[in-house]
Amino acid sequence: MTKIPMPDTTMSYLDQSDAVKERLDRLKARDVILRVDRLTKQFQAGKNQVTALDEISFETHRREFLCIIGPSGCGKSTLIRILAGLETLSDGQVLLDNRPVNGPGRERGMVFQGYTLFPWLTVRKNVMFGLRMNNVSRFDAEKQANEWLDLIGLKKFADYYPHQLSGGMKQRVAIIRALVNHPRILLMDEPFSALDAQTRARMQAYLLEIWKKIDITVIFITHDLDEAIFLADRILVLSAHPGRLQELIEVPLERPRRLEHFGSAEFAATKARLEALIHPPTEGGEDEAYPSVPLLTDVRDNVE
Amino acid sequence: MLSISDAALRPISEVETGQAVPGQWFRVRARLSRRARILLAFASILLPLGLWSTVSYVPFIWHPDMLISDPGDVDYFQPGMRVDKAMFASEIANAKTNGTAPPVGTPANPVYLPAPGDVLMAFYTSFTTPPMDQNGLWLHQSLWQSIQTIFWGFVISSMIGVPLGILCGAHSAAARLVEPFVEFFRYLPAPAFSTLCVAVLGIYAGPKIAIIVIGTLFQQILIIANTTRKADFSLVEAALTLGTKNLRLLTKVVIPSVLPDLYRDQRVLLGWAWTYLIVAELVGASSGISLFITQQSRYQHFANVYAAIAMIGILGLGMDLILAALGRKLFPWDRSAS
Repeated sequence: MTKIPMPDTTMSYLDQSDAVKERLDRLKARDVILRVDRLTKQFQAGKNQVTALDEISFETHRREFLCIIGPSGCGKSTLIRILAGLETLSDGQVLLDNRPVNGPGRERGMVFQGYTLFPWLTVRKNVMFGLRMNNVSRFDAEKQANEWLDLIGLKKFADYYPHQLSGGMKQRVAIIRALVNHPRILLMDEPFSALDAQTRARMQAYLLEIWKKIDITVIFITHDLDEAIFLADRILVLSAHPGRLQELIEVPLERPRRLEHFGSAEFAATKARLEALIHPPTEGGEDEAYPSVPLLTDVRDNVE
Repeated sequence: MLSISDAALRPISEVETGQAVPGQWFRVRARLSRRARILLAFASILLPLGLWSTVSYVPFIWHPDMLISDPGDVDYFQPGMRVDKAMFASEIANAKTNGTAPPVGTPANPVYLPAPGDVLMAFYTSFTTPPMDQNGLWLHQSLWQSIQTIFWGFVISSMIGVPLGILCGAHSAAARLVEPFVEFFRYLPAPAFSTLCVAVLGIYAGPKIAIIVIGTLFQQILIIANTTRKADFSLVEAALTLGTKNLRLLTKVVIPSVLPDLYRDQRVLLGWAWTYLIVAELVGASSGISLFITQQSRYQHFANVYAAIAMIGILGLGMDLILAALGRKLFPWDRSAS
């Protein structure tokens, strides 16, 4: 990333321009799609009862883009897997359109970090898979799959197998494989973290483009602060051990998001706040300075 | 001063390029050029063949016997008889002291080690030689009988073993119910059941097929179950979030995802079935290639015996190569195959 000029540090992440405030107010006026109510997850590790997630409550509104971030071990993946119905919760509840979530279902689409395309199916058949499982006729499924593939510019690759695609292409297919099923909400578990920096930036812009055009609510997990700020309307920050909700931050950036936003004062202020929440100045643990490394070679020339 | 071994610092790129540098053949997991691979494959056949030829055709290597061409005055010698060298030498010495005609012979290997050329000839002549008794079978008929035994044994075993294995691999309850018994049973040697099989199924094809089934099935259940268990669970989860339910999860996700591996397992198991063939065919009324082999060895036609054994190997390997090629056609998306 290129060096950016030092931003105005007097700015607070809580200061919102009128345009941003107005847009967020509109967002909060929309229906609540997903309500998470005192969600708690405990599991048994040997003889100890470990609390992974402790009384997490939040709401997302229709067509919101919500990012969830937190230090490693805060249980953000567990949280999204519970939302998807792939794991059970110990206490509390998850309501989608006011109906409790019970097991996985097509109304909650998911995109995984590891693509998880079916290797034995061509790209087109991967996209058709969800429709076929929900008893859409082969003809209609194929038609819809073709339309979506055309939309993301992968029509040429419809008859390729996943292993013949690049990482970015695979993840694009995985996203529309979930979207073609018309889910109410799209859950994304660090979907771009396996991609190289350039592809990741393009995928972020691309995801916003798709999100803007269709009626979908996105919950997006990431450990990349820049990614969270660039994408999200609001960012849910978790703390670790046990995973607790720390703060729900409203991102004070205008839409449409552009690369210039990375250099803005709002961006820097939000990032500073996230840094402070995720990496609090503590003693011990991962944050402790690593011991300095003694010189291991007898060469005299200095590499720095 | 900490010394880092220079092997760790050596660039590994030269290994990756696939250009064969002689010394690199001996590196762990070295990549070989196409030429080197073909060369080594030929060597793997030609080296043992060369060894065999050397022992057979170079007279001063081994050759512990003498093949008698003219018995001379030794009354118990006959033309074509093999005697060991010591006895031959002592008869020559006897002939010299008694003034009788000495026996004449050439150094030869024991009858159980025919020369490669003889075995090669036998490949042809054993097909053209009529059966020794009227009701006997020609060699091609014997082979066909063996192939049928293998085929039905393997098909019956697979019809039970593959579905049961998949079920055990997919559902832990089924696995816990079935696998302990199977684990026990697979240690029982299949030939131990031969008399029981004959008592129940008669003396013809039935017990032979049963032996192959017993020998294959129990391994098959466990191997197929293990492979099914290795199905990538993240694919199952992806399918769940797309609304896949119950049986379709098994038929549309779990099974397709492990199908190339199941196919490979079946190839290995087919080889397993072949190894039970000989024992199976000796159960009840002997049949097939085993009957041919036992008859030929009774008459000491060892060239024919070797040819028949080699035919089993060629048939098995040929079938496997065909199945491997078919597998590449069937699963174009499977990269571990190529």
